[in-house]
Parts: sequence; C-alpha cells; structure tokens
Amino acid sequence: MGFSLFTPLSWNDSSFILAGILNTVYISVVAIVIGTILGAIVGFIRAESNKYVNMLLGSVLDISRSVPLIIQLILFTTYIGAMGYPLDPFIAGSIVLSIYTMAFMSEVFRAGFESVPPSMITASRSLGMTYWQTVRYVRLPIGIRAVFPSWLGVALSVIKDSALVSVIGYMELLRTSEQLISRTQQPLEILIGVGIFYFIISYPLSLYGKRVERKMAL
Amino acid sequence: MINIRGVHKSFGDLKVLKGIDLDVNKGEVVSVIGGSGSGKSTLLYCINAIEKIQQGKILVDDIDVHAKETNQDKLRQKLGMVFQQWNSFPHLTVLENAALAPQIVLKQSKEEAMEIAKKELEHVGLGDKFDVYPTRMSGGQQQRLAIARALAMKPDYMLFDEVTSALDPELVGEVLDTLRLLRDDGMTMITVTHEIAFAREVSDKVAFFHQGVIEEMGTPDQVIGNPQKERTQQFLSKVLH
Repeated sequence: MGFSLFTPLSWNDSSFILAGILNTVYISVVAIVIGTILGAIVGFIRAESNKYVNMLLGSVLDISRSVPLIIQLILFTTYIGAMGYPLDPFIAGSIVLSIYTMAFMSEVFRAGFESVPPSMITASRSLGMTYWQTVRYVRLPIGIRAVFPSWLGVALSVIKDSALVSVIGYMELLRTSEQLISRTQQPLEILIGVGIFYFIISYPLSLYGKRVERKMAL
Repeated sequence: MINIRGVHKSFGDLKVLKGIDLDVNKGEVVSVIGGSGSGKSTLLYCINAIEKIQQGKILVDDIDVHAKETNQDKLRQKLGMVFQQWNSFPHLTVLENAALAPQIVLKQSKEEAMEIAKKELEHVGLGDKFDVYPTRMSGGQQQRLAIARALAMKPDYMLFDEVTSALDPELVGEVLDTLRLLRDDGMTMITVTHEIAFAREVSDKVAFFHQGVIEEMGTPDQVIGNPQKERTQQFLSKVLH
C-alpha cells in the first residue's frame, strides 16, 4: 500500500470552503459599501468643483485606478507592516479594496450628478428647495438611476477583484482553494468549483440589477 | 406687489438689463414681449434671485430680493416659476412631483401635501394622471404638471418664462388655457412670451423689451394694438406676419 502526502477532496472540506466563500462576500460587501459612500462623496465634490480641484483629485484617483490592485495590496501591507503597524489581512485588504472601489465609484457618481441638467436644479431651487434639498431629493435619486448599471458593473468587478486579497493572506475563496489544491492536488475540480461559486455570487446580482434597471427605466 | 427699480444686470461684459423699472400690482397680469436676447427672461431670473443684479433694486412685498439679509430660499416660496423646459422629476410620479416641495420645503405632512397636490393637478386637468411617471406624458401635460407643482407651494406670484416655446404647436393651446385659468383665479403673474395674441388677450400691462430696456409699456391695446415706438412696430410686424 502506497503512502501519499495528499488527501483527496472530501465533504469534510465543505465548512472550510464555506468559510472562504463567506470571507469573499464579507470583504466584498465592506469594500462596496465603503467605496460607494466615499465614491458618492468624492463624485459629488468632483461634479461641483472647478477644473483645478478636479485635476488634482482626478490624478490622485487615477493612481488608484491605474496601478494594478495586486501591487497596491502588496505595497500597502508591506509598507504599513514595515512601519511597525502590522495589520490584520482583512483590515489591510478592506482598506485597499475600499479605496480602489471608491476610485471607480467616484467616476460613476460624478457622471450621475452631471447627468442632472442644470435647468432641473434651477427649477428645484425655484420651488424653494435649499441647495442640500436639491442634492438629497433631486440630484442624488436621479443621478443614481442614471448610473445604476455602471454602479453594478463596478460592484461585480469588486467581488471578482476581491480574489486578489488572497496575496496578503486573507482567507477568502481563492486562497482557501489554493490551500485545498496544495493538499489534494486536484486543481481542476477545485478551480472549476471556485469559479462556479464566484458565478453563483455574482450572477444573481446582475440579474437583480437588470430587474431594477427595468423598473427604473419607467 | 413687485417693484423693480433701475435694475442693471450683466454677464461679464455683456449688459443684459440696462435700467429696468416695472411695477406689478396684486392680481395683475404683466406680459413681457421682445426679441430674443432682449433680457426678458433674465429679468424673471433676477426677480426669483436665480441671478444676481449689479445695480438697482427688486422688492417683492417690500422684501429686497438681493439684500444680503434676505433668505432667498424662503423668498422663492412666494414666487412660483415655470420655465421653457418643464423639468419634471423623472423618478417621481406626477402626484409625487407636485407634492415633493410642499413636503420638504413647507414641512407639510405627506397626506396634507398629497391633498394639495391632487387639488392643483385636478385644477390643471391632470386629475387622471396621479400615478403616471411624467416621462410618459406629452410636453403639454408635463408643462401643466410644472405649473401645478409650482402652485402646490401656494405662491403669491407666478413667473412664466416662455412656457410654450419648447412645445409642439398643437400642445401650446392647453398650456395657454391653464394660464387663462390662473388669471381668472386672480393670480398675479409675469409672463415672458412670444405668444403676442395671448399676451394681448390676458394682460393688464404689456412691456416691450429691446436691448435691455423697456422700450414701450402700457395696456395691451396701446402697446400691441397701437404701438408708438418704431422698434415696437418693427418687432410686432415681424412676429405678427
């Protein structure tokens, strides 16, 4: 009887996989929520400010959008660690992924705010609304509807990009599967399975998005 | 009462209003006519504090519109304004469109605001459209919604800025009918319009604007029926023929 270092995939691994799935969902939700809130604020500032402020903000955001996420993750974690503040991979990953999401969301929201014609804002002000009331009741809801498909696109790609947080040691779905692969040597089955899980997480969202979009198109 | 005294307004180097004097008494309908670029719309924007002025004074019920201490948001509650573009809120139903400002600006309860909105919508003939989204309606209907939306704020004055200019010709009538309705209600109105026949019919006073000044002002029969100034005659002969 041969002795093997490897043990095949079994049902006992399911809770391990489930934890990985939950961690993926967890960090994605955190990044999407924080990225959306910050992105809405930054997008609003960009829509409202002059071209100099815009150029400054734009170039900062461009860095975050143009440098590959994996490099940002490694740089941030190593640098912060080297400074003497080692961060939990979840915290470090959340920070980097949220900022990365914010950079994309700010463009989405900026386009949304700019999609509301100035005459609509004037008409709202002429009804006695204050500046902030037009933002809250007119510009934000109309802007969000206009860019909802783009928002969803960014959110879906964040779920997939969250796989990269595995490089700094966060036990999300991909890293979980890598560990299983090294134990079982069954990369084909596991990676296909993981791919299906990402699909299962993302697809309902995109279906839901299409439904919302149809409703909003009224 | 609206009192406009010596109002000057420029955009950069471009002088748009060069000393406008105009009084609008309670219950009066004043029509402002004139070529494009004559400053007619700008005057409405200045009355509603959407645009600043460089010189002169505009008093609405003795409140100085452009004084530093004036709360312009509060002032605008007195002044309903309807524009060339109807600007319906696309994310709200017709009823919600009309009830929004009373709720958030006047802090009325939802029921109260809906009640008033319904009344105003019925008044302008949109009683069967409460739950429709405005993008499903014609321009004429949306413009009537814009009027009802302004009326729901219970303004003391209504300012109309070329409200029929962006409409298909067959839809102009229904909007003008709505304005007639308001006149019959006794609403104080300033209408900037290209509809000369309409201006003649509904107005107590007509002001002809030319290059930032009031060239001629008087009753409709004087200004439109029997203009004295050459520029007024020229303008009218162009638009009436």
